[in-house]
Amino acid sequence: MNEKSQNFLRYAFLVLVGLIMIYPLIWLFLASFKSNQEIFGALSLLPSKFTLIPYIEGWKGSGQFTYATFYINTFKMVIPTVLFTVVSSVLVGYGFARFKFPFKKILFTILISTLMLPNAVIIIPRYMLFNIFGWINTYNPFIVPSMFACYPFFVFMMVQFLRGLPIELDESALLDGCNSFVILTRVLLPLCKPAVFSIAIFQFMWTWNDFFNSLIFINSTKKFNLTLALRMSLDSQAGVNWNQIMAMATVAIIPCVLLFFFAQKYFVEGIATTGLKG
Amino acid sequence: MKFRDNLNCGLNPSPSKKVVKRKFKNYTGLIYILPWIIGFVVFQLYPFIATLFYSFTNYSLGRVPKFIGLKNYIDMFTNDPYFFQAVKVTTIYVMMVVPLKLIFALFIAIILNVKIKFVNFFRTIYYIPSILAGSVTISILWRALFVNDGLVNNLLSFFHIGQIQWLGSSLMALFTISMLGVWQFGSSMVLFLAGLKQIPKELYEAGKVDGASKIRMFRIITIPLLTPIIFFNLIMQMINAFQEFTSAFVVTNGGPMRGTYLFGMKLYEEAFKNFKMGYASSLSWMLFLAIMVFTLLIFKSSSSWVHYEDGGEF
Repeated sequence: MNEKSQNFLRYAFLVLVGLIMIYPLIWLFLASFKSNQEIFGALSLLPSKFTLIPYIEGWKGSGQFTYATFYINTFKMVIPTVLFTVVSSVLVGYGFARFKFPFKKILFTILISTLMLPNAVIIIPRYMLFNIFGWINTYNPFIVPSMFACYPFFVFMMVQFLRGLPIELDESALLDGCNSFVILTRVLLPLCKPAVFSIAIFQFMWTWNDFFNSLIFINSTKKFNLTLALRMSLDSQAGVNWNQIMAMATVAIIPCVLLFFFAQKYFVEGIATTGLKG
Repeated sequence: MKFRDNLNCGLNPSPSKKVVKRKFKNYTGLIYILPWIIGFVVFQLYPFIATLFYSFTNYSLGRVPKFIGLKNYIDMFTNDPYFFQAVKVTTIYVMMVVPLKLIFALFIAIILNVKIKFVNFFRTIYYIPSILAGSVTISILWRALFVNDGLVNNLLSFFHIGQIQWLGSSLMALFTISMLGVWQFGSSMVLFLAGLKQIPKELYEAGKVDGASKIRMFRIITIPLLTPIIFFNLIMQMINAFQEFTSAFVVTNGGPMRGTYLFGMKLYEEAFKNFKMGYASSLSWMLFLAIMVFTLLIFKSSSSWVHYEDGGEF
């Protein structure tokens, strides 16, 4: 097979797989402008008549609470979680990457093992614990663990990244009389931008889309985030107003998709640092 | 454990590197990691031990737990009509999703690992579904695609291939859910791609000089050098697959006839619908043991198939 036909095959295959990956998402987006009859049974991607009614009707949510509430709730949950995750991961990552202290090896091994600790195994006592703290039906089950660096994936990412920075930087700052915290904030942190962005973006996506934990920890409609609201709409509208469900499903992932396109390189970088170095 | 050593390497710089004498006191580092130590103890270690404890009790929310020995574990095997169903469904799901996802991710990564135009574009497109992993939107989409008069069946009838009841029978529904998992192969693919980029070009050139065919080079260069990443992906994807919940819950709600009644759903129902916390704890420990057994098996086998350039010793 010559190079040309080989390349042609390659592209043909890539395009085919690309279609399988992206077509459903485009279909979802365009279906949200269709009438209910048109969503099922018809093959055309484009709606015969664009209508915004699914968005207007779907936005009303449960009647008592609109999707505006659910949107705000989601941000109330996601923003603090992301911020605290970044701060705590940087601090803990710095501790592991740059210092010697007793039991370091054991502690780091524990950190790595918790990467593999299934969430499903600890969720029940967590629920009871949060119940005692009075955190059920608040966003604390998400926010507080993020203050304490309970997302080992991100700490590990930070450790890996910091280890890649030359120790000479610390040394010269040390000679200049900086203390360890100043070294971190003034010298190292500016260089950590890629890692910090990666952490923020991943955590944003994961918290934004989290369903299992939200389902367990949040139970009043007033506090629903988008994933729970979608599930509610699905239960109440399925078989009736699919276009409204599609419209709200689209609304719910728009921030993620936008963020992905703007911050693409950090995704790839982040994933590559964590999985590979070392 | 090589996996751990692999991740651990470089943390303690080797003697050949300049070891820097730090002026800071021994405990400065501990102060920085203190938040994590607290978080680990309160939000991970305690719950982990507590589930084990609760699994020997008949605890339910608002009641004082009473020790009942192994009763939960015995009940599971003798007195629970759906336990084995959940185990069966989950096993099939894991066996289907994990290999398919990894093979697909590797295959695509290899195709993408050449200097051709639009590589980045394709990579982006393939990556999108996996960043939305676990989102309810995707599950809703899947349901809409695979219902009887959904897009997939419309396409099939357009090409005159008869319609398929994707969500109609137990096995088909499980297959459809698994496809959702495989569809999200993007993050594994990115890892493979990064790994492929790290393989030194000289190896292939040397192979070429020796007259090795492309297939042979793939077998003796590419695959061995990728095994650490295959290993990492395998473990992580397996752990995730065992806990899958959202797709089964939203797309099929465990049905039809509990055909997609994944272990995650079973756990959720016992703990947060029936509030049988004690029993659910024993279930979650079974899940943990299953994951542990598989992880250990993979670790054990790794010495025979995972290749580290430096022999795996650090």
